[in-house]
This record gives sequence, C-alpha cells and structure tokens, in this order.
Amino acid sequence: MTAPCSPATTIIGLEVHVQLLTETKIFCGCLNRFNPEEPNVQTCPVCLGLPGALPVMNRRALELAIRAGLALSGTIAGTTKWDRKQYYYPDLPKAYQISQFDLPFCDGGWMDVDDADDGDETQASRIRLIRVHLEEDAGKNLHDETQRGRDSRIDLNRAGTPLLEIVSEPDLRSAAQSRRYLEEMRLLMVYLGVSDCNMQEGSLRCDANINLELVNDDGVAIRTPIVEIKNLNSFRGVEAALEYEIGRQRQEFAECGGVYADSEKQTRGWDADRGVTFAQRGKEDAADYRYFPDPDLVPVQIAAEWIEELRTGLCELPAARRQRLVDDLKLSRYDASVIIDQGRDLADYFEAVAQRCGDPKRAANWVTQDVLRELNDRGQAIGDFAIDADGLAAILARIASGDLTTRSAREVFTALLDDDPEGEQVTVEARIDEIISDRGLATIADSGALEPLIDAVIERNPQAAADFRGGKQAAIGKLIGEVMREAKGADPQSVRAALIERLSS
Amino acid sequence: MSDSSQAEPLVPELTRDVVLKVARLARLHLAESEVESFTSQLTQILDYVGVLDEADTEGVEPVAGAMGLNSVLREDLPTTSLSRDDALSGAPHHDGSYFLVPPILDPRAE
Amino acid sequence: MATALESSATLLDQLTDGQTTSLRLTQDCLDRIAAHDTAIGAFLHVDSEPALAAAAAIDRRREAGEPLGLLAGLPVAVKDVLATRGQPTTCASRMLQGWVPPYDAHVVERLRRADAVLIGKTNMDEFAMGSTTENSAFGPTRTPWRLDCAAGGSSGGSAAAVAAGMAPLAVGSDTGGSIRQPASFCGVVGLKPTYGRVSRYGLVAFASSLDQVGPFSGDVRGAALLLEVLADHDPRDATCADEPVPAYRDQLERPLDALRVGICRDHFTEGLDKDVDEAVEAAIDVYRRLGAEIHDIQLPHARFAVACYYLVAPSEASSNLARYDGVHYGARSDDYDGLVDMYCRSRGEAFGAEVKRRIMLGTYALSAGYYDAFYLKAQKVRRLIQQDYQQAFTSVDVIASPVAPTPAIPLGSLVSDPLQMYLADTYTISANLAGLPGLSLPAGFSDDGRPIGLQLLAPPFQESRLLQAAAMHERETQWHLRRPPLAEDSS
Ligand SMILES: [Mg+2]
Ligand SMILES: [Zn+2]
Repeated sequence: MTAPCSPATTIIGLEVHVQLLTETKIFCGCLNRFNPEEPNVQTCPVCLGLPGALPVMNRRALELAIRAGLALSGTIAGTTKWDRKQYYYPDLPKAYQISQFDLPFCDGGWMDVDDADDGDETQASRIRLIRVHLEEDAGKNLHDETQRGRDSRIDLNRAGTPLLEIVSEPDLRSAAQSRRYLEEMRLLMVYLGVSDCNMQEGSLRCDANINLELVNDDGVAIRTPIVEIKNLNSFRGVEAALEYEIGRQRQEFAECGGVYADSEKQTRGWDADRGVTFAQRGKEDAADYRYFPDPDLVPVQIAAEWIEELRTGLCELPAARRQRLVDDLKLSRYDASVIIDQGRDLADYFEAVAQRCGDPKRAANWVTQDVLRELNDRGQAIGDFAIDADGLAAILARIASGDLTTRSAREVFTALLDDDPEGEQVTVEARIDEIISDRGLATIADSGALEPLIDAVIERNPQAAADFRGGKQAAIGKLIGEVMREAKGADPQSVRAALIERLSS
Repeated sequence: MSDSSQAEPLVPELTRDVVLKVARLARLHLAESEVESFTSQLTQILDYVGVLDEADTEGVEPVAGAMGLNSVLREDLPTTSLSRDDALSGAPHHDGSYFLVPPILDPRAE
Repeated sequence: MATALESSATLLDQLTDGQTTSLRLTQDCLDRIAAHDTAIGAFLHVDSEPALAAAAAIDRRREAGEPLGLLAGLPVAVKDVLATRGQPTTCASRMLQGWVPPYDAHVVERLRRADAVLIGKTNMDEFAMGSTTENSAFGPTRTPWRLDCAAGGSSGGSAAAVAAGMAPLAVGSDTGGSIRQPASFCGVVGLKPTYGRVSRYGLVAFASSLDQVGPFSGDVRGAALLLEVLADHDPRDATCADEPVPAYRDQLERPLDALRVGICRDHFTEGLDKDVDEAVEAAIDVYRRLGAEIHDIQLPHARFAVACYYLVAPSEASSNLARYDGVHYGARSDDYDGLVDMYCRSRGEAFGAEVKRRIMLGTYALSAGYYDAFYLKAQKVRRLIQQDYQQAFTSVDVIASPVAPTPAIPLGSLVSDPLQMYLADTYTISANLAGLPGLSLPAGFSDDGRPIGLQLLAPPFQESRLLQAAAMHERETQWHLRRPPLAEDSS
C-alpha cells in the first residue's frame, strides 16, 4: 500500500500475554502443560467451571508475576485482588475470566528498547508500562477449517493456566520497534525463568493497539480511530500486521480525508496467510465486561519482605548485562546484543570463554560467528554444544599464545565438533594436542623447518619462480599456496618472507 | 446517591429497550410476556432499592468477599485431574475428545 | 421401634445399643418418603439402593467392632444444591436436569466420612432463589404441617424432610435465610453458620459472598452434631476460615450465665403477623424467666438490608449462573441458529422465571455505568450493616427476632409479586450480609397450627453460644417435640 499522506506519527501500545512456568494451573492443581495431542485430560471441577467448584490462588504464579513486575521496574502493590471479567465464549467455561481490574499486582514500570540493530551509537527508547496483571488463560477452540459449517471443538487443557498481561503505554512508534519491544520482552521473561515464551505453543501472545496521527489537506493533525489487532503470536506477525495496519489506516485516511463516520475503537484480526487485518467485532456489541471483585477469592497482601526477597533474588537482567559487556569487556554494542539476545545460556557460555581465554574480543568473535553458525546449522542449543566453554577457551588460548594460527584453530574447532561423544574420555587439552599432532597443525615458527619445503616448491615451479624474479610480484601467490598446503601449521607471513628471501638470493 | 454530588439521577428509566439489551448481555432469550413482566417488575425492584440513596456511605469501604480473610494461597502442587470421560460426561454435545459447539465463524466476534 | 422422628441423639443411642440398625432406620425413612412425599415434595432424588447398601455396610462395621464416624449410620438428606458424585445434582432446575457431578462437595465428603447414610437430594427453589420452594422446576415442597402451605425456601425440601421424619438430619444452604426460614415454616431447628465456617466447595453458587451450608434437625442437639461434621477448614475454599471447630454438643446442657439478649424492635416491620409477634415475645419471656437480661438495641441500617441484599445477591448470581450456557454441562436448546442464539435459547428455556429475573437484575446492576450506583453502593451499605452488628454485640450476647413476618404462607400467594416476596426476607438477610451465624428454633404455633420460629443471631464463630442459648429455650418450652399430624398418622 502506498502512503498518500505524511508526515505521520505512529502510535502503538502492546498488551503482551506471557504464560507463566508454574507446575500447576493458576487456581487448581491441574498440570500447566502444553498438550494438544490429548485434549481435555488436564481438567478438574475448578478449571472446567463445574457448578460448585472454587478457585484458590497459586502462590508460585504470584511469585513469578512479582519477579517479572520487579524486573520491569514496576511498583508492586501492597494489596491486590481478583476480579471477574465476564463474557461468553466456549473456551471460557465459567463465562468469566478471573483477572485483575482496578488493583493489579503491579503498576507502572518500563522497558528500554534499542532503536536500531547495529552500530555502537545505538540509542534506546524507554517504553513505559501502564500495568502488569495476572489472569487465567482460556481453553482452545478448534474451528472447522473446511468452511463446511461443522461444529467447533473445545479443548480445556489450557483453561486456567496462569497468564501475565503486560500493558504498555502507547509509546511505540513503529512496527519494527514494536517487534524489538516484544523480542526484548521475551528475552527478559526467559531470562527470569518466568516463562518459556514458546511462541509456537502460544506462551507469548500479544494484542496491539495502533492508530496514526496524520495531517489532512488543511494542515490539521487528526488521529485515526484506534484499532486493536488481536492474538498476534509471532514476531513477524506483529511487525507485518502493524505495517499492514499503518498502510490501511493511511489509505482510509486518504479516502475519507480524516472525517470518520465512526471513531469508536475497532477490533481487527490478523490473517497471516493473506497478510491482512480484518474487522471483527461490531460496535453494537461493544464489550461490557461487568467487572466486579471475585467473591470466591480473597485479597492478597503482598508483604514488603517478600517483595525484597524476590528483588534480591533477581538475576542480572539482559539490558544490564548487555551494557556490562560493552563497558567492562569492551565489546561492540552489536556483538553484545547478538550474545545477549541469544539468551542466558549463551551469554553464560560467552562469559566463561572470555574469562578463561583472557580475550573477550576474540571470544566474542568466535561465539557470535563460529559457535552461532554451528548451532544454527545443527539446530542445537548451547547446552547441547559439543565444545563446552573450557574447550573453546583452550583453543582460543592457543591462538593467543601463538601455538595455533586462526586457520588451524578453526580446523581444531571443527575436528572437536565432529568428535564421537561416545569415544574415550580425555581432557579437552589432550584432545586438542592430539588433533594438532594428527593433522600437523602446529605453528611452524622456525623458518629453518620451512627451508627444505621452500626449496622443493621452487624446484617444482620453475616458471613461477622465474616470473617472480622477473618482477611479476603476483607469481609468488602460487608458491605461497603450495608451501602452505604442505606445511599446515605455517604462518603465511613467514612463508612469504622466507620465499622472497630465497628467491632473491 | 448521597455520596455523589451529581444531581441528575444516575440510573435511567428501565425501558423495554434496556431490558432487551440486558437480556442480550446476559444471553437470555425472553418470551414477549417476560419482556413485559420483567420491565415492570425490575422497575419496581430498582425503585425500591433506591432507598439506598438515603444511606450515607461517605468514606465507607465497600465489603468485598469474605470478612477479614486475606492472602489465602495454595502451593504449586499438582492434584489428580479428571479423566477425559468424566470431564466430558456432562456435556450436551461432545465427540469423545472435545466439547462441541455450533461453528464459531468469526473468531472472538462474539 | 425407632424412627427418624426420634432425636438424632436417641437414634445414635439405639444404634449403639443394638435396639435398631442403620438398615432398619434407613428403610423406615424410605418408607415414609414412599408414603408421604408425593404429597409433600421434599425429595428430588431418593437414593434408595445405595443408601440401603451403605446402611448395611455401616451395620456390619459396627458389628465387627470397627470405629464409626460421628453420624454412625444416621440417614441424612442433602439439599440438591450440593454436588454428589454419582447422584444427580439439579439445583431444582431444568438446566441441570440429569447432571451427575464427577465430584463430591466438601461437606458431602465429610458426611460420607462421618458414616452418614446419604438418603437422597432434597427439593429447593431453583438455584436456591426463592422463599417457598415454589421456584423448583419440579414442583413445590409443602410444609408437613399444612399441605396447602409452602415449606419455605429455598431449602424447603430439607426442612420438610426432617419435619416429616423422612430423615433425622438434613443439610441445607442459606444465602438470605434459606435454612432459617424453612426451618421456621416446618417447625424444626435450622442453623446458618458464620460465613467461612463451612466449606462452600461443591455448593453450587448462588451468591458466593453470602452462601453458607448448614444443618437441619428436629432439635438443637442434632444441629450441633451435624455442624460438628460439616464445619472444618477446607483449603479448596479460599473463603473458608482456619478456625478450630469446638465440640458443639459438649457445652449444650450448660446454660449461659447472665445471658444478654438483644431485641431491635424498630426492625419489627408493619407486616409482622400477630401470632409471630406473640411467639417472639413469649420466647423473650422464656429467656427473661431463665435470668437473661433483655436489651433493646439499635440497628440503624437494618432498613437498608433488603435493598442491599437484592443488589449484592443478584449481581453475584448473574455472574455465577453465566456458566450455564449449554456447552460444558447442562441443558442445550434443541432449536437455535448459531452460537449466540444457542446460548440465549438454552438459558431462556431452561431457567425459570425467578432465576431469569435475578440474572436480569444482577446483569443490569453490574453493567457499564451502574456498578458504582448499585453494586458498590450496596457493598458500602453492607459494611454499615456489619458495623451495626459489631456495635450491638458489644452489649448483648445474642440477638432475638422473628425469622419471617408470618408462619408458612399458602402456596401461590406471593409468586406473582417478587418484591413482596423479597421484603419477607427482612429478618434473615442481615445475617448473610454481615456473615453472622443465625439459628431458627421452634417457638410456638399460630392459632391455626402452623409452626413459628425464633431467630437468634450471634457474633462470628459463636455458633456454640447460639446453640447453648437455643438449648436453654428448647428445654424450657419443648415445642420441638410436637410433630406434624401427617407424620404421626403413619407411624
Ligand atoms: Mg487480558
Ligand atoms: Zn483444574
């Protein structure tokens, strides 16, 4: 879609839903586990909403929620309570969702989001949060995809699993920034151990509110009606849906000249296959949730000591760690982000390598290039990687000491990766020594050891030798290549020097 | 209400249209005779509860739920779930694995 | 031969002595149900075979010298608002007709563990909404004293079952008087415990912040016994208090020294029946004779109680009953066009008029824009009502009043006038709003032979005091020994 009018301000707020990593559901003892293969086996009278059943709040869910709230710099409430949000939907067996209305457990907070992906001059934007609250998830509806009007099927395994809802202020200014916000949110939640944020399994979902401020032909700034896009469940989806919606709102604005028949907030869905948003609820059915305090649950006093205990127990958060890698380990902002964005395990791995090899910069290069490439190729997590931090540190230490050239080190790295894990247990140092000696990778620092090789190569390539002597500098390349092939541990600079010396003599 | 400074009545007349709107919100199909009787009966009852206007509730905390109880939390420990057959046993329509409902054509539309 | 017309204490003695067996007692109850329940309508479901089997099993265990629970073979009738695994639980609604819960209510578990014989499920106003049991989808319950009059409600079936000797003990629930008022109409003892005294787990919710489960019995001792079984701390109900349960029966014989009885005469409404007024005054005289001090007390906000209640209860009910939508359990209409219409028709067809009326009222009261004016305002007034009682209980030990403005009313007399019906709850609903324990005990009869109850209220968790005070009156008057003619004819 084209953009018929500008300038424009894009105004986006996200409501992010994060499934909490509890053992059991939020108000009953059923397992909190993704299990679409066996529908309706993780239910009980409580989460089925059977007549007479009553909810009791899961302490762990509240604890994880508070941890998240603290990490987002929110204010944890001294008293919080539960409210019923009432609407009819087949995946909501009580016809109300237990949620939090006017006393959420966490108020305010913020998250910083880097403005661009690279460069050391990156600026961050502070995205303020309105609130964070806890609620129960609904079950799942499986619609008939054939459009033949068959019944929809309902699976309540997910009904009653704990959800954190993080509501941002409308501080986001672009689709890309919204995506980065969501990515940073995911990273933070995974870091905290609050959620696995597995998007395929729906543990991280979001609704986006978006409108634009556009200027009409008379130069008057007009805001387009707010649109809420529901149930976005991938980073790409969020970005694409918002991009689409920006275009759609601009188009609509151009068509109506900023005069809207209906300025009510509209709810739209996202059709990922067609790449379009589509209108959902009409305004005549504007939601009236009839919130009121759930009389089956009692308010919760959150003791200051508990909050402090949880605050003290927080790990170093991704943003702080990223900054530390830049400030203390002198990494580029880009490298620091690549490492941190991969999650806590990779960052731990990197820091262990950096510390043990004594060269953070080199460690960063290897981790962000060699290690990540291999992980991607193998579809592995760092925890399953064949070379542990000690192994990589040992390799890098040998480069630093001059025992291996970078090229040979790569060969050692590859060889170590291909090691049979069932093989005999030897120390990684011993294994590295073995690979070096098997493949003759030791650096040939002594030029005396090169002499016979150089002589043999010159003898085999009289034409190239003559060309060089005749002033054709490039001819030496072929000779260097051949020497290098035979002397694996040789340093190309020494070979070149030795060759020149020999040819000039 | 007496603890409100607003002069105009907060609660509008309970018209037939309001009754129909509330019935829709409550997902109740009402027969024509019910619409009529509810309109008059609810009007009468709401009239009567208007007596609360006379209660001075300035600065009074509303009661919410159980008196004096708070912070009742359970540990995150699993309990036995129902078998699928038990879970589905009361459903008017199911296929042995899922609850079945008339097709939901427009997700979240209603 | 022992029958369920005897007191539970007598029956327990006879069971222990071997003068009777649980099987014989259970069979006697079943016989009475067979003989009279067509006329009375106390039961929605009689669980004959399982009850007899359970009774026989308890008899065998007794013979084998095994220890038995507190109820040791006594038949108990349970209001059909409590979930019973394997037995239908309908709440007297077509909505739940045929529903068999896959779980037991907490109190039902307690009854089973106490070796009660669960004899059947009793009739009630649909979803406990009503004061006559005429709102049952399956026909009314009549007081065994006068078959043209209502048993009261909503626990009319439980009250009538005990009055007619169909079960020595019964369980009911009370949201605005639903135990105490039918106890009064049927001439038995009924006790609504403190909110949080008895678990609500498995009690099908009407108004969650008001509902309590409690006992019916022919006498005070039976109520004390059954309360000992019902009351405890249940972690599955977040509103259930973690308070020790006293042995209520132990204190029963001991009169309360220097008992102070409060009366709020301002609250005695214009519509108070002359016979009821006289019975209450007579009861107060009894206490006076026993050495109690009688104090006039003020409950300045009592006049708001009905209005407050009829906002809080329907609001919560509208939410609690939203779950009956024809998807996961309950009735689904046969004829609908799409999902929304399925909801509307299923609910419209399966709910009775009073349930719909309260859902409408509650939905309206909670809907956008009116929450502050209605629900919130009512919850503030509720605080004032609570404070009135806190204040009153600084100078008295119990508060005495009528239970209902009249004795049992003729069937059909109020069904078309919901507001008048609601106003009749004026004496009972404050206890629910304030969470207080309240008890109704037989205190006389009208000129035409309908029983009249006296209500006693006590501070939270003072059920023991309530039972002691009631026992003082009971020993003195012996009203509880009178039996409805119907039941006497048959035995
Ligand atoms: Mg939400
Ligand atoms: Zn469950």
